[in-house]
Amino acid sequence: MNLALAPETLARWQFGITTVYHFLFVPLTISLAALTAGIQTAWVRTGKEKYLRATKFWGKLFLINIAMGVVTGIVQEFQFGMNWSDYSRFVGDIFGAPLAFEALIAFFFESTFIGLWIFGWDKLPKRIHLACIWMVSIGTILSAYFILAANSWMQHPVGYRINKERGRAELTDFWHVLTQNTALTQFFHTITAAFLVGGAFMVGISAFHLARKKHIPIMRTSLRLGLITLIIAGLGTAISGDLLGKVMFKQQPMKMAAAEALWDGEAPAPFSVFAYGDVEKGHNTVAIEIPGLLSFLANDDFSSYVPGINDVNKAEQEKFGPGDYRPNIPVAYWGFRWMIGFGMTSLGVGVIGLWLTRKKFMLAPGMRTGEDEVPNLVLFKRKALSPRLGRWYWIVALWTMAFPLIANSWGWIFTEMGRQPWVVYGVLRTRDAVSPGTSQGEVLTSMIVFTALYAILAVVEVKLLVKYVKAGPPELTEDDLNPPTKIGGDSRDPDRPMAFSY
Amino acid sequence: MELHDVWFVIIAVLWIGYFFLEGFDFGVGILTKLLARDRAEKRVLINTIGPVWDGNEVWLLTAGGATFAAFPEWYATLFSGFYLPLLIILVCLIVRGVAFEYRAKRPEENWQRNWEQAIFWTSLVPALLWGVAFGNIVRGVKIDADMEYVGGFWDLLNPYALLGGLVTLTLFTFHGAVFASLKTVGDIRERARALAFKLGLVTAVLALGFLIWTQVHTGDGGSLVAMLVAAVALVGAIGAIRAGREGWSFALSGVTIAAAVAMLFLALFPDVMPSSLDPEWSLTVTNASSSPYTLKIMTWCAAIATPLVLLYQSWTYWVFRKRIGTQHIADAH
Repeated sequence: MNLALAPETLARWQFGITTVYHFLFVPLTISLAALTAGIQTAWVRTGKEKYLRATKFWGKLFLINIAMGVVTGIVQEFQFGMNWSDYSRFVGDIFGAPLAFEALIAFFFESTFIGLWIFGWDKLPKRIHLACIWMVSIGTILSAYFILAANSWMQHPVGYRINKERGRAELTDFWHVLTQNTALTQFFHTITAAFLVGGAFMVGISAFHLARKKHIPIMRTSLRLGLITLIIAGLGTAISGDLLGKVMFKQQPMKMAAAEALWDGEAPAPFSVFAYGDVEKGHNTVAIEIPGLLSFLANDDFSSYVPGINDVNKAEQEKFGPGDYRPNIPVAYWGFRWMIGFGMTSLGVGVIGLWLTRKKFMLAPGMRTGEDEVPNLVLFKRKALSPRLGRWYWIVALWTMAFPLIANSWGWIFTEMGRQPWVVYGVLRTRDAVSPGTSQGEVLTSMIVFTALYAILAVVEVKLLVKYVKAGPPELTEDDLNPPTKIGGDSRDPDRPMAFSY
Repeated sequence: MELHDVWFVIIAVLWIGYFFLEGFDFGVGILTKLLARDRAEKRVLINTIGPVWDGNEVWLLTAGGATFAAFPEWYATLFSGFYLPLLIILVCLIVRGVAFEYRAKRPEENWQRNWEQAIFWTSLVPALLWGVAFGNIVRGVKIDADMEYVGGFWDLLNPYALLGGLVTLTLFTFHGAVFASLKTVGDIRERARALAFKLGLVTAVLALGFLIWTQVHTGDGGSLVAMLVAAVALVGAIGAIRAGREGWSFALSGVTIAAAVAMLFLALFPDVMPSSLDPEWSLTVTNASSSPYTLKIMTWCAAIATPLVLLYQSWTYWVFRKRIGTQHIADAH
């Protein structure tokens, strides 16, 4: 059998492809649900039409996106049984519980209230309808929490014992699984990263319209909301990333060493800016480094010892027996850098954007822009940026939409591949987790089917998003402005067309 | 009653919930081709399930998650063993969800027709395959001493399981037709009623054959009672739709599904997946289940969450209780 097509390799590729694809939609769903809910709240509280139109606009994009998030999530749940049956047998006792909690507590919530929100515009009173989108938002966040608790257990197994008789891991402390620091910091990091995606999405699309001087009041509000979200989320991602890095250093020293291409332990340990090395021989041929920074990232001081790849590999060989315990070092190294680089660039764009559009300067004498005008992108109190430079900022803002998504994808690739050869760190190896009974052909078939289907759907979704983005916020109808005051909304003509339907 | 028995019951209940709820939305999806005369009527049908199909589908995700957590061995054997059929079902569910959400997002007729085709096929195929899958689970498949499925894809397509597939297909379509007659007004309602009656007769013949076969093959006293309930309810549902009592008919077609699924689970117990090679190798509620601690935690979760789920899902049906007809469909799409 061709080793490159071993079921383990195929199953890993399939998991990687389906997960990265799924996670293009999830962060946008999480953040856009909350942002839409926030804008709708502004409408309910102020009654301003621009908020209602913004709600409908962002809500529509949210719905196009969540559809893909939901359907690709179904595959995730069943893939464990299909491709990783020995994993499921070994850890189902522990791993299954948060998954079942996710379904019972979060999925039901999310999917039921999303139906109410979509179809309830002319059936529910304002405030109850608003509550529905908040419920959806809570559902998405709860869902993220449970799945991250499950994933964190794979990164750092706690609250279990090995039952030799049954040949499996068994849960002993569920509370510990839900509240261990790995789970909490991963949750913090993933949620802030999700809002980075949503913020950048809002900024990019608002910039698109503002550059064309269209829908100005709505897009100005959206731009500012997006920029603020981008900055808060960016700072949160950086802080949580630092916390997660310290947790990871203690729990998975190999991953940290691989992320830094630090072959041999050093004190103080430098942070690598660029490295090119020889994996077989275990050293770098080129390395540009900042002294002491890695010690700080790992231990909060600039001089402490950080073990290297070779040290950890040796320690694990002593503990778990002979073998190679190194992950794919180039992937870990570059994945870590792309994650941080793209994430922090998004934050930078947010800071510059907020500074350029701040109220004081927008309202500077001679540069004053009213509610209905495009901000002048003022750089100095009396000098606007040249139109050319102004256009550049809009283009940068548009490109920024992709940055957090790239950062997120690399973040997951790094965190999952950096753990190899373990599927459950220190407990179960990936090669022992695959389904023994499924054939190469079956796994190959499903990989091709999912990849092709996902590729087609990606094109469909992006085209739809572009269509609705270009169309801009919808005009309002009479029903929109006068929502029903009682449930069922039957105070009006019973035969009028439904406001929002398939 | 030990906790793993409780969880066997809970999983049975989740499947009953899933087939009861998604059963009618699969049925309505199939009816877009059998019942709707024009595109406006298609849209009426799609909109009768619009607000609820997503919530219905979560019953499946919960059944899957609960099986993973409560019976990991069952989950592992089932989904790695029934690999290709499950792959087909997953592809259908993906396309189906997207089809509902995206169909009306573009005005072009071609675009909408393609998604409507997708809705029909992705409703029909899972409705058939779930029956095939359950037929195989109850009948027993080639499971070896390591709890691994060692049969092939074609082993799953045996006469008993295929009959099971036809039963779920016709039963869900009947259930969907009754639902459509309950949720619509005007001409389409009349035709839904007439079609439901015919579908009911076909369903009755197939279902009785399958249930009796099951009873003879693996049944006991409990499954016999469930079978009789299912049979009586089905006859009642057909009679009620004939008499124009749509609400009663829907309740009874629901009881039919519930009793038939209950019968399958009763016939299965205490196995969860019998081995056709050697009864010693069968997966049972004891050898496939999780530890008592995990089951205890899950029981608490289910005890608190389930009533809430039932409460807010019922509320959804209440909010959208009104019948709809072609006059409620805006011309724009």
